[in-house]
Amino acid sequence: MTITMQWHDWLALFGQYALLSLLSISGAITTVPDMHRYLVVQHSWLTDAQFSSSIAIAQAAPGPNVLFVALMGWNVGLNAGGGIGAGPSAWLLGFFGLMLTMVGIMLPSTTLTYFATRWGHRNRTRREVRAFKQGMAPVVVGLLIATGWVLAAGNHAGNAPAWHLWLLTGVSALIVWRTRIHLLWLLGAGAALGAVGFV
Amino acid sequence: MHPSPPAAQPQSPRDLFVSFTWLALQGFGGVLAIVQREMVEKKKWLTPEQFLEDWAVAQVMPGPNVINLALMIGDRYFGLRGALAALAGMLTIPLVVILALAVLYAHFAGNPQVAAALRGMGAVSGGLIAATGIKLVPQLRKHPLGFATCLSFMALVFVAIAVFKIPLGWVLLAVGGVACVWTWKKIAP
Repeated sequence: MTITMQWHDWLALFGQYALLSLLSISGAITTVPDMHRYLVVQHSWLTDAQFSSSIAIAQAAPGPNVLFVALMGWNVGLNAGGGIGAGPSAWLLGFFGLMLTMVGIMLPSTTLTYFATRWGHRNRTRREVRAFKQGMAPVVVGLLIATGWVLAAGNHAGNAPAWHLWLLTGVSALIVWRTRIHLLWLLGAGAALGAVGFV
Repeated sequence: MHPSPPAAQPQSPRDLFVSFTWLALQGFGGVLAIVQREMVEKKKWLTPEQFLEDWAVAQVMPGPNVINLALMIGDRYFGLRGALAALAGMLTIPLVVILALAVLYAHFAGNPQVAAALRGMGAVSGGLIAATGIKLVPQLRKHPLGFATCLSFMALVFVAIAVFKIPLGWVLLAVGGVACVWTWKKIAP
């Protein structure tokens, strides 16, 4: 796929990600539907397949999930440069797109968090700050367990029965809870069980 | 909950950079489970109480949660330099890795075994995150609202998100709001 990007298109892309940055309460993943609307539907800068593989690769790769944003920028840049086969000029544009979307999604939210948490830390003995932090504690614990649940449920697409998947999720949760085994062993076991067709 | 100081702390911004790089590279399908294991259990830079409180703040601020958490930890010990070092550690090397994977993926996209292995890893990473939450449950015993009330709030959030799929913003606002105001009344001086 080849597209044409003018400088004002790049600027608009940056602005869109900067805006989404401030809306991404509880993580960039919650803004994915809006990114799809903007990149795929409205501007046709990415194909549907490029969009969803950007998310899938980031989920499978090590590192924060927000890196899916980098892959979207990379793909927009590659498309603007004539595709990955077009050589170094396309890769340079890909890298430019990657930096643009990453800075856009990171800068506003991290700046806000930086100053807000400094304020919170200076005022940590105030009753409302303590009430906020402690009051959120049970909510956060519930949210963590729900996130694990949603992540596990989102993986069912294979031919193996769904209970295999839940068993794998449940057993890994149990092992992490009760032992101190290195987490990479568990992920490796998950990959192996997937490759042999158990899940 | 009366926070006590953690047992250890980062030595330098370089220590932060290296620690967060290593941490990020272990986090397949998200870094959160690793943050808890490395920062609380291994390095002991955070007590479980602090982790819970910091995580709550990182959660309600815009931006990726684990990035916000790294920023807060870095800033606490070395100010802006620490925050930037933690942030750079979290992103730089993983960015290189993910680009390499994206290029590789272009070759193996059609292989069903690769897709199945990714699915297996996804199921495990769901378990890892759930276990991170389960491990924090005992912390709630010291909570001003009492253990039973905390468990009810927890269950309410789980059902709202996992079963009814209510947008997170609303859940945080409604359930979190009630929990905070109630706590505010309980900790009256």
